[in-house]
Amino acid sequence: MAEERRFRSACGAPIALRRRQHSASCRELAVRGPRLQLRSLSAATSAVWLAAYGLFALSENSMVLSAAIFITLIGLIIYLHFVKIDQESLLVIGSLGIQVTSSYASGKESTTFIEMGQVKDVVINEAIHMQKVIYYLCILLQDPEDPQGVSEVVPLFQSSKPRLDCLIEVYKSCQEILEQRKTAPQSS
Amino acid sequence: MVLKVFFPSCCSSADSGILIGRWISEQNSAVILAVVHFPFIPVQVKQYLGEVQRVTKVSVSVLGSWSNSKQEKEESLSEFLEDLGTIFSHEPWIQISKEGDSKFWSCSTLQKHSNNPQEEEIILVYYDQRKVMLSHLHPPLDTAAQGAEDASKLSAIFGTVARSRVLFMTDRYDEGPIKLTHWQSDGVEASIIVELMKQASVPACMLLTFLLSLVSGICRSRVLKFWPLSFLWSKLSICEQLGHRLQHLQVISSNRKAQNQTQLMRKANIFVSLLIDVALGILLMSWLYRKNRIGHLADTLIPVADHVAEELQDLLQWLMGAPAGLKMNRALDQVLGRFFLYHIHLWISYIHLLSPFIEMILWYVGLSACLGLTVALCILSDIIALLTFHIYCFYVYGARLYCLKIYGLSSLWRLFRGKKWNVLRQRVDSCSYDLDQLFIGTLLFTILLFLLPTTALYYLVFTLLRLLVVIVQGLIHLLVDLIDSLPLYSLLLRLCRSYRLAAGVKFRVLEQQDGKPLRLLMQINPLSYGAVVQTYRLPTYSCYPRDSWASLCKKLFLGELIYPWKHKGEKQN
Repeated sequence: MAEERRFRSACGAPIALRRRQHSASCRELAVRGPRLQLRSLSAATSAVWLAAYGLFALSENSMVLSAAIFITLIGLIIYLHFVKIDQESLLVIGSLGIQVTSSYASGKESTTFIEMGQVKDVVINEAIHMQKVIYYLCILLQDPEDPQGVSEVVPLFQSSKPRLDCLIEVYKSCQEILEQRKTAPQSS
Repeated sequence: MVLKVFFPSCCSSADSGILIGRWISEQNSAVILAVVHFPFIPVQVKQYLGEVQRVTKVSVSVLGSWSNSKQEKEESLSEFLEDLGTIFSHEPWIQISKEGDSKFWSCSTLQKHSNNPQEEEIILVYYDQRKVMLSHLHPPLDTAAQGAEDASKLSAIFGTVARSRVLFMTDRYDEGPIKLTHWQSDGVEASIIVELMKQASVPACMLLTFLLSLVSGICRSRVLKFWPLSFLWSKLSICEQLGHRLQHLQVISSNRKAQNQTQLMRKANIFVSLLIDVALGILLMSWLYRKNRIGHLADTLIPVADHVAEELQDLLQWLMGAPAGLKMNRALDQVLGRFFLYHIHLWISYIHLLSPFIEMILWYVGLSACLGLTVALCILSDIIALLTFHIYCFYVYGARLYCLKIYGLSSLWRLFRGKKWNVLRQRVDSCSYDLDQLFIGTLLFTILLFLLPTTALYYLVFTLLRLLVVIVQGLIHLLVDLIDSLPLYSLLLRLCRSYRLAAGVKFRVLEQQDGKPLRLLMQINPLSYGAVVQTYRLPTYSCYPRDSWASLCKKLFLGELIYPWKHKGEKQN
């Protein structure tokens, strides 16, 4: 079953959290950021082309116009494929692992899967960024040598940066599944 | 605890039978490798599995039953399948059944000796058997040092499928007591070209090894080790590059089979890199020799050398006058200027002596570009070094003079203050000098101090020229390094068969139905291009800066000679 709730990101933009429970030990949590607006895209394109036309009027060289078109196209492709993240999702499968996916505006998806044996815990951390204190959710990875130690911290939802209320929802959902592995008989 | 069943997607449409695979009890997961169909004799199945276990060292056993009924559930079949559980005793006995064309299968387990009678949750994970078998899992780079095989659950699964290759050799057209379904059960694929190449590669390797042993024998002969020649070989970068390529050829043509994935990839990378290098070299050669471009190049070489010499003469005339408005010491200026001018005059005469032979030399040297683009670039770098040899000489003269002056000045400055350098204690001590010592010392100090600007200016100009040449040579060597070390085969593999290089897996949740087990699809997550280059880079004799910026500046200030590039494997002096 799926449910969707609206929240705000750290910068104030509207984001949506969608929770789906696939089975008793499998949950998917997806945070969707604001989509690319047509008006900001047209504004950027018009600004570039106006500047190019102004340069053309000054220099009488038509290469400026072709260069501007080329730059706009390449810039747009790079932005959609490498920069603009539409949705970040977390798939928690008890006893298998946690999968973190980022979907870009061009449809590209970059996925990382962390096995359950490496996951120590999922916590909410604070960070001081410029003049703000922001909260972020992160996965603590187990250090193989030291059972009490943490070898790496993997931050989640870095592009949509949800606020604390949204993070608490995600945290509670994750912890419900992570607790199951403590109650189950331990495997090596 | 949750039970995980890894089911190959190729067996989804197989007829009813029993499931064979490996049970990993630490992870409570079952990796299913194939389905054995009716009719079979249980004793023969056990015998076959024992043989497979002996060959592959994978503990393959019968894990459960699979029933694929086209019509409604047949009661008798399900009882029969349950009874099979008593013949092949396995804890737990997994029963998967599929009805008609439904996507949602029912999966249940029979536990005879279980402590907790409650139903445990079952997760069904589909995987593409062929891709998982061919894929190579790369652990994250920082944990590559620890590396037990079952450190990661996934590597256990990948390892199981990869090592069970012999199980996939029988297909359904084989006559035998056991009928299996797996990814190759429709017939074993093979390619004629690959087989022919494998057959041809053995004699080719032997021939290549023989030729290489001849060549390396000649290289190591005593004739080439006499002093002037060995010094020359060590200075020319082309000899290093040729030696490097010889080493590569030896690696490829050795008839030892590659032990593991890394060695195989390295051999393949070297082979593709050599091929592309030679292809580009031949392309360059054909471009150079068409329309007699080599002749044009040779014709322009002498005028270019003349032009460089003229520019240097103009520069020296400028230095001998009042460069940038600075006032030089006239006498020293004239001496140094005339000395360098005479040197340039000698150099030009030598170049003009060589000029009739230049075209022929260049023509034959250009032929060696067919050995590879890297060889051609190294030749270019060496030609630049030879043509700018006079700049190197000027730099050495200027640096030595300046260095002497700086040391003299520092020693006399200590005398001026009444101190002395104690060689034994390696420190500055006070010392009482006689009056005449002090007098002469102060005089010399003044002379050296006032002659310093002239020497410093000559040193500065020639050092800048030398650094320019060094930078150009360094760029060419960087390009050669890049061509040498880029793992082209791995990059092509990542582009075309991305499942072969796996960084991990990704799961996709398929349609669910209440009451049925959770269905997931396991796909291979390929390695990123940056990680591919970093993992499979070929080691080169790469040149990299010997000194940090700070020590380089210090050496320049003191006038010590700088050799900015250091080659790996060179002894530190």
